[in-house]
Amino acid sequence: MSDTLQQINDAVITRKRAEIQGLVTRAIEEGIEPKLIIEDGLISAMDVIGKQFSDSDIFVPEMLVSALTMKLGLDSVKPLLKSEDSEPKGTIILGTVKGDIHDIGKNIVKMMLEGSGFEVVDLGVDLTVEKLVEQIDTIRPDILGLSALLTTTMPEMKNTIQELQEKGLREKIKIMVGGAPVSNSFAEEIGADGYGADAAEAVVLARKLIGV
Amino acid sequence: MLIVAERINSSRRSIERALEANDVNLIQAEATAQAAAGADYIDVNAGTFIGDELDRLKWAVEIVQEAVDLPICIDSPDAAVIEAVVPLVKRSPMINSITLEPLRLEGILPMVAEHGTKVIGLCQSEDTMAESAEEKLQLASQLVERVTKAGIPLDDLYIDPLVYPLATNPQSALATMDGIGRIMEEFPGVHTICGLTNISYGVPKRKLMNRTFLVTAISRGLDAVILDPTDNHLFGALKAVLALISKDEYCIDYIGAFREGRLE
Repeated sequence: MSDTLQQINDAVITRKRAEIQGLVTRAIEEGIEPKLIIEDGLISAMDVIGKQFSDSDIFVPEMLVSALTMKLGLDSVKPLLKSEDSEPKGTIILGTVKGDIHDIGKNIVKMMLEGSGFEVVDLGVDLTVEKLVEQIDTIRPDILGLSALLTTTMPEMKNTIQELQEKGLREKIKIMVGGAPVSNSFAEEIGADGYGADAAEAVVLARKLIGV
Repeated sequence: MLIVAERINSSRRSIERALEANDVNLIQAEATAQAAAGADYIDVNAGTFIGDELDRLKWAVEIVQEAVDLPICIDSPDAAVIEAVVPLVKRSPMINSITLEPLRLEGILPMVAEHGTKVIGLCQSEDTMAESAEEKLQLASQLVERVTKAGIPLDDLYIDPLVYPLATNPQSALATMDGIGRIMEEFPGVHTICGLTNISYGVPKRKLMNRTFLVTAISRGLDAVILDPTDNHLFGALKAVLALISKDEYCIDYIGAFREGRLE
């Protein structure tokens, strides 16, 4: 990897918000492919950050600032991408199920997914099944990510999946679930495609689900 | 938040003995520890040596500067002492302190102007010890006027609203907090500073009272403080309140202090 790419990588990991755009500009001037800047410089750094977070080596705000740093870098390089390179890895709809207004975890997952090159549509909290179905029909995402923090709202995940099945939309998308009371076995039981224990796992899972 | 580290003060018995015995190691260890703990200025005080203050202070300032690269806060009420010490300091110092008493004010202010130092101004005049917030604001406004007239930028003035013991003055903490809020609002660009130990005089668990007072004062706008930065309970409270009042975006300093084992 070139020195500058390595420095971009380090800047995201060490949260150098003030320096990232200068480094990206330098990489562009050195003639480094925008795609490489994104993949090797920015996104691979977020993989490291995801791992550090999963291992409890860093705290939530540190992960957020890394994600913000990464986004600043992305903003500098995006206009230069060739159209085929600027395609997102995939589109993901995220939301917290009906009756549940918890969104901290979902928002972290969103930042990490965006940081990893996915297009994320965040539908917010307290989402009715009708609204979800309507949005999935319109946006046709690759993945639906559902969040619930309460044992009392977890069943909404099951209801949502059933409704999608009835509308004939279930087979068109992958579904991943997460939230404090959710588990792998629950995900299987309700017919989701996967479960992520934290934001970093959500990224790995999303990549696996759509093969990128 | 500007931290003036208070430990090298001859009113502490160990420091007084070290100054008497020319104990270089002890004084330098105090300076180094406070620098490592996040001090911006090292306060040096030899005030208990009546008649001999100047020599002791000169000695202490010289050996502190050998040990650390921080500016000195010259802690003396005596214009002649300050005048003799200012030429010795390597970095632009803070002078602690002036009051509105004519002798101190007129003796010290010209030096502040000439050398471009920072200065602590106490809300105290010949006939008033400012106890109420109103009095504190009134004296602060006189300090601002005198300092500005002397051609000193407001940014170099640190107003100490004074802190009286809660044990004997039940309104003391509130008066200081209100005073800080009103001074900071009335004179944009000026700073406020205070010490913490007076507040808890005569009550148990003084350190608990001191750090809680620090938190409330900072929440009202205090932006400089005289304290012992090596006290991790105090330092932890300081870092926590700065994060709470959005002076530490994304808690980055707070987490950094945690990693250094500084939060208690």
